[in-house]
Amino acid sequence: MDAILIQILNGLDKGGAYALIALGLTLTFGTLGVVNFAHGAIFMLGAFCAVLFQNILTLSKKVKDESITFFDAYKEQPYIEIWWGDVGTAIIDYAVPLSILFAIPVMLLIGVIMERGLIKHFYKREHADQILVTFGLAIVIQEIIRHFFGANPIPTPAPDIVAGSAAIGTFFGLSDNLVYPWWRLIYLAFSAIIIFSVFAFLKFTTFGMVVRAGMADRETVGLLGINVQRRFTIVFGIATVVAGLAGVMYAPILPPDYHMGMDFLVLSFVVVVVGGMGSLGGAVAAGFLLGILQSFASMNEVKAILPGIDQIIIYLVAVIILLVRPRGLMGREGVMDD
Amino acid sequence: MTNFFKSNLVIMLVFSGVVLTAPIWLAPIGADYPDLLQKFAIFGIFAIGFNILFGLTGYLSFGHATFLGVGSYTAVWAFKLLSMNVIPAILLGTAMAGVFALVIGYLSLRRSGIYFSILTLAFAQMSYSLAYSVLTPITNGETGLQLSQQDPRVIDGLFGVPVEAGLPSTNLFNISMSGLSGFYFCAVILIIAFYVSLKIFRSPFGLKLRAIKSNQTRMKYTGFNTRPYLLSSFVISGMYAGLAGSLMAVTDPLAGAERMQWTASGEVVLMTILGGAGTLLGPLLGATIIKYFENIFSALNSSELHKIFADLPDTLENMVVAIINPFVGDGWHLMLGALFMIIVIFLPGGVMEGLTRFFKWFKHIFSFGKKQPATNSDATSKGEAK
Repeated sequence: MDAILIQILNGLDKGGAYALIALGLTLTFGTLGVVNFAHGAIFMLGAFCAVLFQNILTLSKKVKDESITFFDAYKEQPYIEIWWGDVGTAIIDYAVPLSILFAIPVMLLIGVIMERGLIKHFYKREHADQILVTFGLAIVIQEIIRHFFGANPIPTPAPDIVAGSAAIGTFFGLSDNLVYPWWRLIYLAFSAIIIFSVFAFLKFTTFGMVVRAGMADRETVGLLGINVQRRFTIVFGIATVVAGLAGVMYAPILPPDYHMGMDFLVLSFVVVVVGGMGSLGGAVAAGFLLGILQSFASMNEVKAILPGIDQIIIYLVAVIILLVRPRGLMGREGVMDD
Repeated sequence: MTNFFKSNLVIMLVFSGVVLTAPIWLAPIGADYPDLLQKFAIFGIFAIGFNILFGLTGYLSFGHATFLGVGSYTAVWAFKLLSMNVIPAILLGTAMAGVFALVIGYLSLRRSGIYFSILTLAFAQMSYSLAYSVLTPITNGETGLQLSQQDPRVIDGLFGVPVEAGLPSTNLFNISMSGLSGFYFCAVILIIAFYVSLKIFRSPFGLKLRAIKSNQTRMKYTGFNTRPYLLSSFVISGMYAGLAGSLMAVTDPLAGAERMQWTASGEVVLMTILGGAGTLLGPLLGATIIKYFENIFSALNSSELHKIFADLPDTLENMVVAIINPFVGDGWHLMLGALFMIIVIFLPGGVMEGLTRFFKWFKHIFSFGKKQPATNSDATSKGEAK
């Protein structure tokens, strides 16, 4: 029982990341009609925002180590600690959550530049061209990051206060053995909040209404005298921010390295296709569904029956869904039918 | 006269001549050693095959590396179980890749466009993960499949091929497959592969594939069932990939799962695009260019760069090196990605389109002042060789 609950939590957690990336992908499909293979790289950039922010905070200078009196010893002390003392230490401890504030404007800027600078010119081109150019962009982003940050994963710890595990078993009156890392619970809550706010934004604001109308029938909205294009650019920026934030918060779970984006990209594409191209709800549902399926498949009991199933379950599900329900779980008719 | 120069025979003669003399005319640019030449030929075959699918039908497969990997594994198994002779290895590798392509193609081709790309990608990732995990008894997992002394080699045993000390090397009826002879073997296969592709391009079958690319719906309305044609082109290109994979095993008898990774699939797409998708010669050109520059640039590092630009003033030298350095050595992939984008953005027709434009411009310059004759060479568009 415990094992199953843990796997569900694991699945929801992974699913949260998939859902966030897939949400951005779907927004880009639905609004701009562009297939963005660089979306995984954006997720990775988000994670590296956290790394960069941490690096900036821990910029340090050599100071004399007072605790060693036998000889002159030096240690590195971050400037921020020198200036602000304990407050500085606390800020460094909270580097990852704080880097969200840093990531939002950066990712928005990256998104808008990307859309205006590159994607804009590919609206009218074939999907194959879009795939190819964004694939090239993904490689370029990835290699630039590797050039500056190296090929090794960079540990970005979560704040000390949430470093341990939560005794959720005791909390809910279940077994005491049921514990789960705090940060993963936070990630789950965080992804839920982001998903809800994106949906709320699209549902309850005028801007969101125009965007939804544009997704349904772009031409008519344009004829009504609304500049759909500018709004779609902003939507692309939002998609970038969502993927970036997913990356920032994922950094403590998986130390970022330069190719983490590619691994997530393939999976998120599968998620989008399973959910139904152009359907936001489908993307989210499929993200969580596939996350849970994957973590169940990686249980030892399941692996004993079907060896290797954990590696391929997602692709297998995608193949079956595409062949049985070609539009995906919640795909609408007429959206990206070919 | 133009027709004569475009006949199959002449094209094949010229092509064979160019390929077979490659060790001579590639010598001045330092690309005349057999390892690299073999790579040219092998990736050329891979790209030519990929072009039969992508160039003709427009179906972008992101999973062709699977067939490359399958071909490699099968060939190494043939070396282990049957014979060190390359013929069975190549035949089996190609056939096995064909079987895989038939299954994957049958399923993937039920969808088109981006769904097709993602389906092939999903299948490729599936095979890659399987090769790494569960199929370890067959693929030997991370270590890669290698020859060993204890392998049975049934056919070799029947014919009483003497067992040497140490690992045996691949051969074609006792001609060793290393060095130049290895290149010539690959070159001959490349010529055959090119001929088949030429025939396909100029056959009604090829025309149907192109019709599918330009308007599949209309094809269907005229009563054509496009599926069998798509499937056969998928299988053919899969077999080309398998052939390339088994040739890789011939030049170096080991196979690893990383050959099936999706970046490998991306590389062949890049080769095809760079050369010019849908053209006969383009993919081969693209493969050669990429492998050649990969060879040069990935060997450079900052101290080499300093040597090259030693004549410049120091400040300038440091600046130039600082700019170029991220693109060479380990950063070769950055260059590849940038190249990819530049080609897709500015020259979707690839090098071949660039050449065509250049010749048009050339002709235009030199016919200036003369009366422009109405040539029908302008009709030489994509798909026609030279």
